[in-house]
Amino acid sequence: MPQHEWPLWEVFIRSKNGLDHKHAGSLHAADAQMAIEHARDVYTRRMEGISIWVVESKYIHASNPEEASSLYDPANDKPYRHPTFYDLPEEVKNM
Amino acid sequence: MQAFDEGKIFLDKISREIKIEPQDWMPEQYRKTLIRQMSQHAHSEIVGMLPEGNWITRAPSLKRKAILIAKVQDEAGHGLYLYSAAETLNITREEMIGQLHAGKAKYSSIFNYPTLTWADIGAIGWLVDGAAIMNQVPLCRCSYGPYARAMIRICKEESFHQRQGFDILFTLSNGTGAQKKMAQDAINRWWWPSIMMFGPNDDASPHTKQSMDWKIKRFTNDELRQKFIDVCAEQVKVLRLTLPDEKLKWNDERKHYDFGDIDWEEFRNVVNGNGPCNKERMDARIRAHKEGEWVREAAAAHAEKIKLRQQKAVA
Repeated sequence: MPQHEWPLWEVFIRSKNGLDHKHAGSLHAADAQMAIEHARDVYTRRMEGISIWVVESKYIHASNPEEASSLYDPANDKPYRHPTFYDLPEEVKNM
Repeated sequence: MQAFDEGKIFLDKISREIKIEPQDWMPEQYRKTLIRQMSQHAHSEIVGMLPEGNWITRAPSLKRKAILIAKVQDEAGHGLYLYSAAETLNITREEMIGQLHAGKAKYSSIFNYPTLTWADIGAIGWLVDGAAIMNQVPLCRCSYGPYARAMIRICKEESFHQRQGFDILFTLSNGTGAQKKMAQDAINRWWWPSIMMFGPNDDASPHTKQSMDWKIKRFTNDELRQKFIDVCAEQVKVLRLTLPDEKLKWNDERKHYDFGDIDWEEFRNVVNGNGPCNKERMDARIRAHKEGEWVREAAAAHAEKIKLRQQKAVA
């Protein structure tokens, strides 16, 4: 293994004002400044974005996919959180 | 959770067209197959810059030069999308590059052919990128999420590559007699290697069935090859040139073009390292990596220095 492997960064790009930054991919860079410059070259060669976020991959914490069922299940039995749960009288418009 | 259940959940997702994501359980063989295919694909993008880079300084006009630079830069980008997608499978970039340089990982054999004239850049765009697109479009629906997403990005960019190649050949074909001849010569040399890009015939391709069951591949090698030949046989007429295959003929019963026998001996030979440029390509990659070592080292040292300086400022 060589000594100078650069850390991995995750890249998030805002395609235009008004939209969220969205995960675009990852890349290697020595520091944040270089990560942004590389992200510009790798992920926005065709005006795909106007703003870039980078974060070192090791700082991302993710939910465990094996716990997905217990994590999201409680939402499943609360259908009254959705507007479609309610039957409205025919006469009601625009609600 | 029992391995049995995990396996069942995995297959259930595949059958319902739910993408597999990096943290999900997957069979070891699925992971290995993807690493092999994705790293091979990434290596091909990177090595693929070499034959074209050969013509950047000699492109016939500033416009053509700018286009070729943009295209080669895209290939670098595609290699990087694919390397980072492959890294989600728990293999490092360094390991993959190490495998390439040690000759343990393959790249597309097509890049072991030389680019002798400017028309070769046209033929590469039209035929080589054309064949690649034919292969890559179905990969946008691959069952592994990061690979599929990388492929969507790549396919969007790749179609300019094919068009610029066709544009070069079309311009040459409508130029002087010598230019037209140059275009025909390039097609003659690139046609057969291009249709070999789809890989061995289905009955000689042992991985195909498993890859199709796992929805990594969506079509067999022969299906894609036929589709490509059908498209090119029509497009070459617009160029007012020909494909170098005497047996190429529309078959009204099959609704496909029939074509001649592929020289698989040549294919195996090039895959096994004996193509015209295998050694040159590998030497160039290894040299670039070695000569870049001081840059990687300097950047890492600089980043470390800045970090220390910031820590001091805070303290």
